[in-house]
Amino acid sequence: MGNMKLNLKIWRQKGPKDTGAMKTYPVNDVSEDMSFLEMLDVLNDNLVRKNEEPIAFDHDCREGICGSCSLFINGEPHGPGRGITTCQLHMRKFKDGDTIHVEPWRSAAFPVIKDLAVDRSAFDRIQAAGGFISVNTNGNLVDGNALPIPKVDADTAFDAATCIGCGACVATCPNGSAMLFVSAKVSQLSLLPQGRPEAKERVLNMVEQMDKEGFGNCSNTGACEVECPKGISLEHIARMNREYMVAGVTKK
Amino acid sequence: MTKLDSKIPEGPLERKWTDHKDHIRIVAPSNKRRIDVIVVGTGLAGGAAAASLAEMGYNVKAFCFQDSARRAHSIAAQGGINAAKNYQNDGDSTFRLFYDTVKGGDYRSREANVYRLAEVSANIIDQCVAQGVPFARDYGGLLDNRSFGGVQVSRTFYARGQTGQQLLLGAYSALMRQVGKGTVKMYDRHEMLDVVKIDGKARGIIARNLITGEIERHGAHAVLLCTGGYGNVFFLSTNAMGSNVTAAWKAHKRGAYMANPCYTQIHPTCIPVSGTHQSKLTLMSESLRNDGRIWVPKKMEDAQAIREGKKKGNDIAEADRDYYLERRYPAFGNLVPRDVASRAAKERCDAGFGVNKTGEAVYLDFTSAIERYGRTQANIQHIENPSAEKIRELGTAVVSEKYGNLFDMYENIVGENPYTHAMKIYPAVHYTMGGLWVDYNLQTTVPGLFTLGEANFSDHGANRLGASALMQGLADGYFVIPYTVGDYLADDIRTGPIDTKRDEFAEAEKAVKDRIDHFLNNKGTKPVDDFHRRLGKVMWDKCGMARNAEGLKEAIIEIRKIREDFWKEVRVPGTANEFNQELEKAGRVADFLELGELMCMDALDRNESCGGHFREESQELEGPQKGEAKRDDDNYAYVAAWEWLGEAGKAQLHKEELTFDVVKLTQRSYK
Repeated sequence: MGNMKLNLKIWRQKGPKDTGAMKTYPVNDVSEDMSFLEMLDVLNDNLVRKNEEPIAFDHDCREGICGSCSLFINGEPHGPGRGITTCQLHMRKFKDGDTIHVEPWRSAAFPVIKDLAVDRSAFDRIQAAGGFISVNTNGNLVDGNALPIPKVDADTAFDAATCIGCGACVATCPNGSAMLFVSAKVSQLSLLPQGRPEAKERVLNMVEQMDKEGFGNCSNTGACEVECPKGISLEHIARMNREYMVAGVTKK
Repeated sequence: MTKLDSKIPEGPLERKWTDHKDHIRIVAPSNKRRIDVIVVGTGLAGGAAAASLAEMGYNVKAFCFQDSARRAHSIAAQGGINAAKNYQNDGDSTFRLFYDTVKGGDYRSREANVYRLAEVSANIIDQCVAQGVPFARDYGGLLDNRSFGGVQVSRTFYARGQTGQQLLLGAYSALMRQVGKGTVKMYDRHEMLDVVKIDGKARGIIARNLITGEIERHGAHAVLLCTGGYGNVFFLSTNAMGSNVTAAWKAHKRGAYMANPCYTQIHPTCIPVSGTHQSKLTLMSESLRNDGRIWVPKKMEDAQAIREGKKKGNDIAEADRDYYLERRYPAFGNLVPRDVASRAAKERCDAGFGVNKTGEAVYLDFTSAIERYGRTQANIQHIENPSAEKIRELGTAVVSEKYGNLFDMYENIVGENPYTHAMKIYPAVHYTMGGLWVDYNLQTTVPGLFTLGEANFSDHGANRLGASALMQGLADGYFVIPYTVGDYLADDIRTGPIDTKRDEFAEAEKAVKDRIDHFLNNKGTKPVDDFHRRLGKVMWDKCGMARNAEGLKEAIIEIRKIREDFWKEVRVPGTANEFNQELEKAGRVADFLELGELMCMDALDRNESCGGHFREESQELEGPQKGEAKRDDDNYAYVAAWEWLGEAGKAQLHKEELTFDVVKLTQRSYK
């Protein structure tokens, strides 16, 4: 065990209809090698022993790839540090005696389930509206190498495809916009020849669903790009806007 | 003893799958609409299966405990996926992939299953490319490959260090397309807590809505478990925190045999444990062994100085380093299979040459690769007489391009720059080759209950080769189950919807509710993790990288004691009708506490060393193979399938003898 002492202020909310409030928890024996979530594990362990309710938060892989963890720490999604998720945030980023504020993602489209866990199923519905290429899963397809893809396109598509769907972009956006998330998928598929045939329908359908879910508009503040744990570029939003405009003008 | 019928088709190896597909029954399109299928788990196997079956016309209900199907743990796979495409013209073929996999599995898998896997592997790549999976490509625009352990060709396709993520998002997009069409009904944040059997057949599940706590009944004509492995029985593993055995274990208790539960893969390159607070371990992809060299100091005094912080790895002269894999296995070097690499690391650390505070770490060093790539780059860029620094700079850029995300991940966790200081790594639990017993059609011993992906035992024998898990998950989901499940469902075209008001559902539901009530009313004093940690330590110490009869017998007694304590002393706060993560954990750990004992029983029964299962009593004592694992084909060339007899610790062993018609059993040498 380490020797850092911290003062945590954590959002507690019984359920979606509860108003919720910040609550203070001192934590001792924090080691700088712990991840932020392991520090919360220590706190929860203590709460259970004291017969109190532990703090609910989403987490799974704890290596920055599943996109489950979603804490708003000291006013930033995934806390201080760039290019990392909450589970990759380590306590060496903090100092002994620090006060740390921990809140859930806040967005009308992400209602709180309990404490720090929110409902991000809006993202799934946007995917279902068009985030795919309509090929059947039968394997009777052309050889993977039949259609060469320029390395630059493949790499840019890959950069967009690294989105983990965590929602940090929405949480940090003053408008609660999901443009970075949606544009990452639109961009990935529109850059690949396999995705071109239905590019127009895809962007129109995904944007329509995004609007239905209650996400706000993009006003180019660029906060999403800064906070994105995977460094998804604003360029993808620009590409999506072009795709959207062309689709709107040329679709019959 | 029941004879296990693996239903391997007749005929020559390379014709079996094609002939089988041509002769099994199929369900007509108009009848598929009358049939419901439940798919539990939405990783590569489950996501692919749910998407494929829905597209074929079945009504699919898919379940996952995560908040979205996209978060299943397949997402964390890093290095790549194998396919016998022979794009590199290095002599690869379906046969060679088949052969490597059987040999890599230490001759404890079924030839027919493995051959089918190799056969459909090439299709997987084509499928994923068509779905928009952005695999790495070379400057000509064609797909790139790299090498993985235990093979001498480059057949691994990859998307930087995030191959699992990209493949899963491909399967997820196919799944969401069906969700959008209404052919799949998706139940996320739902956990399956029992299988329901009617007249001996699997006809549905009981699931808990993790948000509301509601216990739900779902009926179907077939149930597919695609629920991953049980590595978290060790508490610390590279699995996600939520990965669990519950679905498979409930199926086991309903009559599905559990096969080879002791076969665990301990992955050689993981970030070492840093303290008691540790909640999980992080893998550093096997692909790093393409370029990283593994070593410990030759001299004990150097190792001691490093452990005490008086020296760093960089201080050790080249001549004083022991590249023990290259020394012991010249033919495969750093790319020996995982079980071999893990044991070799343990051997050096046990001998006192470990290089971190705990003495349980070895170096994975990129200095040579950076130097080599740097020189090549200097040539390409026409830099004459480059300085050592320039070479380092150029080489570092190449290594960063290849493995950047892994290096960043390492630096985040450890707080040390792996470009300038060799990584420290140690083996950790990563994958379980064991799982529910299935026949060639992926059906368990319960009719109508199928198991795909890591949750079954079928393709990897006693050790899985790198980049083969993704291959198996997608092969099972996209290309095997869509055919084989039809043969079973052909009997159900007139069955009609399954009635969930039947007594069988009511009984299963009551048992689930009773157990939840027990946890919440137990009034114990200790959190669930206390018991999970204790279990994990026993499993790691006595059923981990090396096992012996005495230790396993002790482990069984210790696990029983932990289980007893658990039921008496566990405290689960909160209520049943809410989002309650401690309650979720309690149910999973209760199942791990039963599984752990069966794993030890299985390990005790198998008095030979094979693959990931190393019995200290069974090793080569002399000759060039001294210290290597010793298999016993005369007595143990079988699949151990365990039948639940109503209570933990009581299980009946059934043996499926393995026959090898094509591959000749030899000692697995990588020297």
